[in-house]
Amino acid sequence: MPQKEIDKAVAGEYRIGFQVDIEADTVPPGLDENTICFISAKKNEPEWMRDLRLKAFSKWKTMAEPHWGHVSYPPIGYQAISYFSAPKNPPQSLDEVDPKILEAYEKLGIPLEEQKQLQGIAVDAVFDSVSVKTTYTEELNKHGIIFCSISEAIQKHPELIKKYMHSVVPMNDNFFATLNSAVFTDGTFVYIPKGVRCPMELSTYFRINALNTGQFERTLIVADEDSYVSYNEGCSAPTRDENQLHAAVVELIAMKNAHIKYSTIQNWYPGDETGKGGIYNFVTKRGLCLGDNSKISWTQVETGSAITWKYPGCILKGDNSVGEFYSVAVTTLAQQADTGTKMIHLGKNTSSTIVSKGISAMKGQNTYRGLVKIGAHAQGARNFSQCDSLLIGSECGAHTFPTLECKDSKGYIEHEATTSKISDEQLFYLRQRGISEEDAVSMIVHGFCKEVFSQLPMEYAVEAKALLNLTLEGSVG
Amino acid sequence: MMKIENLKANIGSKEILKGLNLVLEEGKVHAIMGPNGAGKSTLSKAVTGHYEIEITGGDIVYKNRSLLEMSPEERALEGIFLSFQNPVEIPGVNNAYFLRTALNAKRKHEGKKELNAAEFLRLMKEHLESLGMKSDMISRSLNEGFSGGEKKRNEILQMLVLEPDVIILDEIDSGLDIDALRAVSEGINKMKNGKRSFLVITHYSRILDYIKPDYIHVLKEGKIVKTAGPELVAQLEAEGYESIEDENQ
Ligand SMILES: Nc1ncnc2c1ncn2[C@@H]1O[C@H](COP(=O)(O)OP(=O)(O)OP(=O)(O)O)[C@@H](O)[C@H]1O
Ligand SMILES: [Mg+2]
Repeated sequence: MPQKEIDKAVAGEYRIGFQVDIEADTVPPGLDENTICFISAKKNEPEWMRDLRLKAFSKWKTMAEPHWGHVSYPPIGYQAISYFSAPKNPPQSLDEVDPKILEAYEKLGIPLEEQKQLQGIAVDAVFDSVSVKTTYTEELNKHGIIFCSISEAIQKHPELIKKYMHSVVPMNDNFFATLNSAVFTDGTFVYIPKGVRCPMELSTYFRINALNTGQFERTLIVADEDSYVSYNEGCSAPTRDENQLHAAVVELIAMKNAHIKYSTIQNWYPGDETGKGGIYNFVTKRGLCLGDNSKISWTQVETGSAITWKYPGCILKGDNSVGEFYSVAVTTLAQQADTGTKMIHLGKNTSSTIVSKGISAMKGQNTYRGLVKIGAHAQGARNFSQCDSLLIGSECGAHTFPTLECKDSKGYIEHEATTSKISDEQLFYLRQRGISEEDAVSMIVHGFCKEVFSQLPMEYAVEAKALLNLTLEGSVG
Repeated sequence: MMKIENLKANIGSKEILKGLNLVLEEGKVHAIMGPNGAGKSTLSKAVTGHYEIEITGGDIVYKNRSLLEMSPEERALEGIFLSFQNPVEIPGVNNAYFLRTALNAKRKHEGKKELNAAEFLRLMKEHLESLGMKSDMISRSLNEGFSGGEKKRNEILQMLVLEPDVIILDEIDSGLDIDALRAVSEGINKMKNGKRSFLVITHYSRILDYIKPDYIHVLKEGKIVKTAGPELVAQLEAEGYESIEDENQ
């Protein structure tokens, strides 16, 4: 197939790049102690929280932006970003939410009115810097589940926040995480009590709307002993020529026998084919399998962002604990992704599974970077890694940097990696059976991603497939 | 049904088909035999619009249209089916899902109602049994890890489901065991309805004993050099292709 047609086939249009015209409280660009105190005051935070932010900020000032990733971008002007933007008059209930925001979420396919929602999915919607609505809270309360914005949790559950925030991703973990610790604006908090199986899917939808703002959300999920939760996040942003920074931190903690399943569908605006505009998605996500027999599963479908830099990982501390990472990362246009996972085996008989599928098209650059570390006391630890890359066209690239560190010689590590191109022979075979070229490309790509999609909850698998089709849309005709 | 006129085709810069003439008659079975490298598979690829083939002269007329300006999928939707000499493996693509997509593309093209999963599975079950295929074959990835014979049976399964008008079989009999050859031949015979045309490329007489061709064509050095009735097979088996002269010269 000629390159031009392939490019056309994979350059799907970004359909959710609209901007909503609402009155917002936005602080002027710039970052200093005053900005941080302003954010903290805006959120009515207790003093201890403000002090934590200031501590992080003074750390951050001594740190340098990391540049080891296989990505390149012009210097980020941290003083040119506005660190807080919120719709004016924060709503107290759904009736008070600005109809324009509700409409915006409807356009994204996420109606906030409960009756219109997919059965069994509770949503926390974060619009720029604040959480606008959390649904199904009462229903969840019945089970003792806490599902609220992180700002609310800081007010209402300070003991949990003090105990667990920064316990998995330390305040000074890395440049972007430290920045987030100083300026995070909102995000989600989840606590599942002992023995509770969360009766519905929980989800957060992040939307960047305001211009020149950064989004710095923070998510903290604690699953107590013998509990289970499946949590999903989705993201989008308007189409703009300017780059915008998104530096989130996600911390997960699983106690004895608990299982957290965390799924992401990331569709931030990717920029255009020349590399103009798009979100810089620099995210730190980490899970701690604290208790024995606990399990944390990360599943991600990354189709958006100009640059993605994230390595959701698991620290497998409890004996027999299990970490999983299933990822599909698509880079088309001029997108760059440097993503992968870290599996740190500390407990005995811990096991981890890594399945990474990178798809590169047009000028997209896709890097898998993974670390599997087996500690000295992790007898019987096992890891299986599989990293596959699919190239569409000849200007794109795929790179794999797996690192294995094994202190226990009895650890068992298995690594497989493949790179393949969508072959003309495969396309021809499908077309000879009457399947259009566009459908044939999509069928081959979906086949390639199958193991990852099958990990997503049903509704999200459907969404991920549709999103992938959209990314691959605009085919030959 | 289909008329191939003075067809010339290159692969790369090499001319493979050098002025080939062939008429496929409605409802007839045409067998093509010829030495390795003569251009038999190239002919099947030219008819189906394979990306490697560059047509440099002549025409292929089908249902009063030139095939040359049609895309591969359009030709397929118009009823041309090729059973590949070496079917490609497509990892992760479920065999049943693929075949239902293909069938529904065709039904849609013909203005028929698309089949849902249950209706489709019922249809499949019948065909699988008749071909002696294990039912797990359709829940596996398309051709992935299939044995040579299983791939060939899977091609025949697709033929049965898609019900094409012109059926090109490129060495469907290679690598089949005795039972498979019989099952595949019965599948082919089942498709005969007095309207469909068959183009059977083979090196062996055994399959021809089953499916009883109307014509035998000898393809040598990019041309059809001889056309005769089934009696020619015995002569070819005895004497090889050396003795065959181009009857058009
Ligand atoms: N991709 C290619 N590049 C170069 N030459 C090719 C290519 N494909 C086919 N050929 C050549 O074209 C000629 C005809 O090949 P073709 O496959 O049509 O032969 P065939 O008659 O089907 O032979 P067989 O009986 O062995 O299947 C051969 O000489 C072959 O080497
Ligand atoms: Mg051949």
